[in-house]
Amino acid sequence: MRKGCSKLFCEDEHQFERWNHAVLTNLKAEFKRFKDVVVLSLMHPWERDARLLKKSLKKGHEQYNVIVEITCTRSSDQLLGARKAYHSLFDRSIEEDLASHIKGSERKLLVALVSAYRYEGPKVKEDNVRSEAKAFFNAIKNSDKRKVVEDDEVVRILTTRSKLHLKEVYEQYNKLSDKTIIEELEVDLLLKETVECLCTPQTYFTRVFGVALSGDANEDEKKALTRLVATQEGGEMKGVVAKFERRIEEKVKGAYKDVLVGVLAKDGK
Amino acid sequence: MATLTVPSAVPSVSEDCEQLKKAFSGWGTNEKLIIDILGHRNAEQRNLIRKTYAETYGEDLLKALDKELTSDFERLVLLWTLDPAERDALLANESTKRWTSSNQVLMEIACTRSANQLLHARQAYHARYKKSLEEDVAHHTTGDFRKLLLPLVSAYRYEGDEVNMTLAKTEAKLLHEKISSKAYSDDDVIKVLGTRSKAQINATLNHYKNEYGNDIIEDLEADPKDEFLALVRSTVKCLVYPEKYFEEILRQAINKRGTDEGALTRIISTRAEFDLKIIADEYQRRNSVPLTRAIVKDTHGDYEKMLLVLAGDDEA
Repeated sequence: MRKGCSKLFCEDEHQFERWNHAVLTNLKAEFKRFKDVVVLSLMHPWERDARLLKKSLKKGHEQYNVIVEITCTRSSDQLLGARKAYHSLFDRSIEEDLASHIKGSERKLLVALVSAYRYEGPKVKEDNVRSEAKAFFNAIKNSDKRKVVEDDEVVRILTTRSKLHLKEVYEQYNKLSDKTIIEELEVDLLLKETVECLCTPQTYFTRVFGVALSGDANEDEKKALTRLVATQEGGEMKGVVAKFERRIEEKVKGAYKDVLVGVLAKDGK
Repeated sequence: MATLTVPSAVPSVSEDCEQLKKAFSGWGTNEKLIIDILGHRNAEQRNLIRKTYAETYGEDLLKALDKELTSDFERLVLLWTLDPAERDALLANESTKRWTSSNQVLMEIACTRSANQLLHARQAYHARYKKSLEEDVAHHTTGDFRKLLLPLVSAYRYEGDEVNMTLAKTEAKLLHEKISSKAYSDDDVIKVLGTRSKAQINATLNHYKNEYGNDIIEDLEADPKDEFLALVRSTVKCLVYPEKYFEEILRQAINKRGTDEGALTRIISTRAEFDLKIIADEYQRRNSVPLTRAIVKDTHGDYEKMLLVLAGDDEA
């Protein structure tokens, strides 16, 4: 087998075919990505999400966006399932672990996001939509005095209301201001991602895909792609994937690409 | 342990429905029949009766009861007939409304139910009110009360017996610090009460007593007028020794001039199929008189009869 793979080797002064280190690193990364997407796709979604949450918590602040992604893009029952799985796997509740390890204003947001059991029906109260869009407006207006993520009303609204309700609040806000909520939250990154995932998940997926498939994506950014592909089911992802099909063709290689394309095709995405 | 008694030979569901229909027909109502049937059926049986009654007579049993019964007796029968999840959802919803608002009832439901019972209540809340319990609690409470109640109703606590003793020590120390500086609504206090498992909290409070000499409850009595502090005290009791909490509420309800039927009805109907026996034992221990005797002294008529049946008094 070695004879045909001269590319993988380089000259060594001791005259044996030594691994080209750069190529070896790449190969390992390719196989790991392949393994990751397979494992993620096969594991029960509840266990998968529980393990992802645990891992993100361990990794710390730069991975808190994964907590946001999971708690905001799962259905109420899927999130509940993850909480049950977490009990079984780690003998603790997810909320106690989050509350113990995260400090500051983000603690309130993340603990409340993981504890939500949102209503999923069609009923929305218009009065509340209006007053809550106003609450966002006021919080954003005062953001120079106090960070938006520290506004109790904003956190209450985002962590308890149904997704349908939140989408309407997002729309209503656009009537009050010429910028969207997401545009206003450039500084509050975690909060911005929370709003994206809850109100405009397509924007979130598009952004993650785009970054992961660009030339200079780092490991975490590429991992995000794997995670999304393996954990999101149809629905919100459909349109997004179509946009990126060509880039996946171009940029992704080997076994990993086959699995990606396969997983995407299977769910009719 | 439950006080509810179900006969070993239970009539068929259709028989029960027929009898109930008979109880409603004609002039007046046969309350005894209603008590005899509904007072001796468990949640599953009652659900089946409701379903069958609706299919057979085209009417919701609860509506029929509402039409026929009145006052405290009606409230007790209606609450009792619902299954535990719906009952909790109804009580919780009432607690968020202006004229019937009650932080105490919200806390009571959130803390004395098991993790899954609370979950079922949240599910029933979606179905019945087309919104989530936490959004109503968040919307209708403010300040420190919201800060405490929201995590309590949203919790899905770990229910194992595993306890981390090192953590218990750390958190006992933390609680002691915060309580000493009267920071009752501090993030860390809320964190312990709102997220830890009941076993873990119990271990923490035991350590607190060992280390600092006082029961944490004693240290939480600094200001009798502080309503938030009272809620924190009750929260601790509900999480760690609920039967003591319930005994206290019952004692206050019965001793009050004229009786607090609301509390009496709520406790009897919500605990009869769970731990009313343990609560009744605690009541006797604390008051030197059986709970059933206290109920007889303090209430009358069909209301009294139904309470006694639910409390396991077979003579009634």
